[in-house]
Formats: sequence, structure tokens, C-alpha cells
Amino acid sequence: MLNPDSPVDELVSLRREMFKFARLQLRDDASAEDAVQEALAAALSGQKQFNNRAQLKTWVFAILKNKIIDIIRERTRSPGIAMAVDEIPEDAYDGLFNEKGFWQEDARPSSWGDPESSFSSRQFWQVFEICLTRLPENTARVFMMREMLGFETEEICKELAISPTNCWVVLHRARMWLRLCLDERWFNSENRNA
Amino acid sequence: MLNCKQAAALMSQGMDKELGALQRVNLRFHLMMCGGCRNFSKQMMFLRKSCQNLAQRDLATGEEQP
Repeated sequence: MLNPDSPVDELVSLRREMFKFARLQLRDDASAEDAVQEALAAALSGQKQFNNRAQLKTWVFAILKNKIIDIIRERTRSPGIAMAVDEIPEDAYDGLFNEKGFWQEDARPSSWGDPESSFSSRQFWQVFEICLTRLPENTARVFMMREMLGFETEEICKELAISPTNCWVVLHRARMWLRLCLDERWFNSENRNA
Repeated sequence: MLNCKQAAALMSQGMDKELGALQRVNLRFHLMMCGGCRNFSKQMMFLRKSCQNLAQRDLATGEEQP
């Protein structure tokens, strides 16, 4: 359970993971640090009891997600911040398809086998984070609000003041990007067996 | 009939909102014929699952080396 007497190394490693998670989404060390501090403070002040580390982790990450959402909201309410939705251009993936819109021979998605077996690999998660980090900033924000923070698309549109169509286009391009990135750097790469 | 580019866009869209009946039928028909898009579809689901796992995976497997 998380209390001031918890083993220090446990808290240190949890803190490090929280920081990594927050930094991925906020892309700024100082804001990530703030979010983690506040989440830990809130968790430590609670009286909740936990039977194991997994439960504890779920709880503190739920708090952390709310802190991240607060920071994103603050940012998007600051004047002068315009959401660029065309960071990944419209024609970015045209090369994957032929003139009739069918997959090119060398771009047709091949099977990833049993991809979830990669979840136990530390290297896989490193690759996954690299791919997320390389997404352009606003695209990454929309994608992570949807997939990691659990926003509905309508909520994202409202928070970021973009149209539903733009929101959906950004999400689609982000997924295309991540699929290709994982395909190249993991599933069709020698890293996987390293 | 859908091409792969349209099918991929619909599969992604379907992860964010419910598709119309005709869209679903067209997509299902395309997937029956197209192995590449069936792989694409599974990979989209895997992406979603990975994101959910990123925050939930067990402490023991996600740690960086000290």
C-alpha cells in the first residue's frame, strides 16, 4: 500500500514510470514533474488500502491521468494556441496505395503473429515509446487523449476547439504512423529477436 | 466496392464512432476479400490495447534498467 512507510525503492520506481508516462503526453519535463508530484501527494493523503502493487499502480495512474488532463485543459485555454491539424500531410500515406487505392505489393500489411506476446518485452515498450515520441506534437496530444486518457472524440474536439472531421483525420493519420513505426522497428525488425 | 485506402479509413473511424449500416456491410465485404486489410484491422486493435497497457503493465516488466 502507498503510505509514507512504503519501501523507498518501490516508490522510486513507480515515480519514474509515472514521470515517463506524463512526459510522453505533456512533452515537457517541468509539467510532467508537476503532474507526478500532485498525483503522488493526492495518493499519499488518501486512506485507500491496497492488496498489491498492481492495484496501487492502477490507482495512482488514475490520479495521474486526471492531473495530465487538467494541465492539457489549462494549456488549451491559454490564448494564442492554435491547434495545427495538418502536421502529418494529407498525402503522407498515398505511397502505400496504388492508383486504384489498393495496397501496393510491398506495403500490404503482413501478419504480426501473436503481437501481444511482445507485451512482456522491455525492448518492445522502448520501441513503442520511441514511436509515440516521434509523432508530431499536436497529433500526439489528440491520439493520447483518445487512447490513453480515454476521451471520447467529441470531448477532444471541444477541449481543443477543432472540428470532428479534423479530429478524426488526425487520429487516423496517427494510427497509420504508429502502425508503420511498429512494423518497421519491431514486428519486421531484427530487434524483436535481439 | 471499397478500396483498401477507404477501408483503412473506415476501420480507423470505426474505433471512434459507430459506423453506419451500409459502411459496416461494405467493410465486412472488403475484409472477406482482403488479407492485407484483415491484418491492418488486427493491428489497429493491437495499437489500442498497447496504449491501454502502457499505463497498466506490471511494475516488474516495465522498469528501466537502473
